[in-house]
Amino acid sequence: MGNLNFRPLWRYQDAIIEGIVTTLWLTVIATLAGLVIGTICALVLRKGPKPVRYLIYTYIEIIRNTPPIIQIFIVFFVFPGFGVRLDPFPAASIALSLYFGAYASEIIRSGLDSIPRSQVEAGHCLGLSGPQVFFHVVLAPALRNIYPSITSQFVLVLLGTSIASQISTEELFHTAGFIDSRTFRSFEVYALVALIYVLLVTAFRLLFALIGKLAFRWPTRR
Amino acid sequence: MALVEIRNVQKSFGALKVLHDVSLSIEEGEIVTIIGRSGSGKSTLLRCINALEEIDGGEILIEGQKVYGKMPNLKELRQRVGIVFQSFNLFPHLKVERNITLAPTLTGRASKKDARELALSCLAKVGLEEKVDSYPEQLSGGQQQRVAIARCLAMSPHLMLFDEVTSALDPELVGEVLKVMEDMARQGMTMVLVTHEMGFARDVATKIVFMHQGRVWEEGPPSELFANPKTPELRAFIGSTRQT
Repeated sequence: MGNLNFRPLWRYQDAIIEGIVTTLWLTVIATLAGLVIGTICALVLRKGPKPVRYLIYTYIEIIRNTPPIIQIFIVFFVFPGFGVRLDPFPAASIALSLYFGAYASEIIRSGLDSIPRSQVEAGHCLGLSGPQVFFHVVLAPALRNIYPSITSQFVLVLLGTSIASQISTEELFHTAGFIDSRTFRSFEVYALVALIYVLLVTAFRLLFALIGKLAFRWPTRR
Repeated sequence: MALVEIRNVQKSFGALKVLHDVSLSIEEGEIVTIIGRSGSGKSTLLRCINALEEIDGGEILIEGQKVYGKMPNLKELRQRVGIVFQSFNLFPHLKVERNITLAPTLTGRASKKDARELALSCLAKVGLEEKVDSYPEQLSGGQQQRVAIARCLAMSPHLMLFDEVTSALDPELVGEVLKVMEDMARQGMTMVLVTHEMGFARDVATKIVFMHQGRVWEEGPPSELFANPKTPELRAFIGSTRQT
């Protein structure tokens, strides 16, 4: 440890920044697409026809009971066998979106379920329609319950993007491997990349905490 | 014609029959108090009046309109019938003002512009104008229940239902809610309440309905019913609540 030397890494700063950008893109795409998937699945699970519900349960269980790296491999290596040939980045985006979506649908569904029936009843008793009750009575408190779990899931996906390196998506962890192979400064490279992940996650956590504070101001029972 | 006409209503939850052939009519301006042991079907009957529970047989008419089967006008019906619950059920994410004005503005009864005034005038009736900008969780139970009453009043209902509205309150907060209800009664609001407050039943009600085993066991004006209960069941019930 006496001869730590970060200097050789300097010339790779552009590659590192590109890696960070790719990591962030993957995370944002997976989160947004995953939220759409999750919302649709959660709503269908609550109200949809039985066969579709079973289909969604199957999807959720498959995703939640297999390692994400296998999911990425299936999209990248198995889909081409069915004529769907994807570049690494889109393949990783799709796999991570499906991954996020499965967890998001359970989070959203339980968030909606957490609103007591009596709240819905009170809304109907005031003469509101079903959609009015959903948007004005159920939605905001449900979002407040959903928000913390969704943000920690976001962090898991951000860290999880590193496995996209295994299908040669050029995100941060892939870049680290590349620099390591050029400089043979393994410790320095991975220490630096670990620090970058820590900083990214911390920045997002602070941001989410701030947004949460601003968005959900009403007092709750302690 | 009576404001509420309940004829031979039957209601079961699965194998459990909760209402056997209940008939009752409620005239405009009446204060009807439903008493009875827990499990006697009082709350279920009240919830049926507002179509919160679907009846299995018989009929319920409010101002001549059916409250069973297909109800194309259910929303309008519920705007005319207010209900206050044991657990208040205020919307925690909305300030008191918005709790009160949500339904009137969404249903087109009040414009956004008049909303605050409407909220204040309803709060005045329950003595809580100063709480217009509070959130429900910042209020005591008694205050929350009064806001819930104000929220109903904002819809100018023709009939108000009260489902054990003081049962979840600390004893020292019961009085303020009962006083609001007395004021409403004095102003001629038609009210149906399920309650364990025998004092209120005796002093304010125009009619007492004693329910037992899912049936209307006895009904009549409070003076008569409390002084000369005809059935041993009512006599026993009154005896068991004597201390209140």
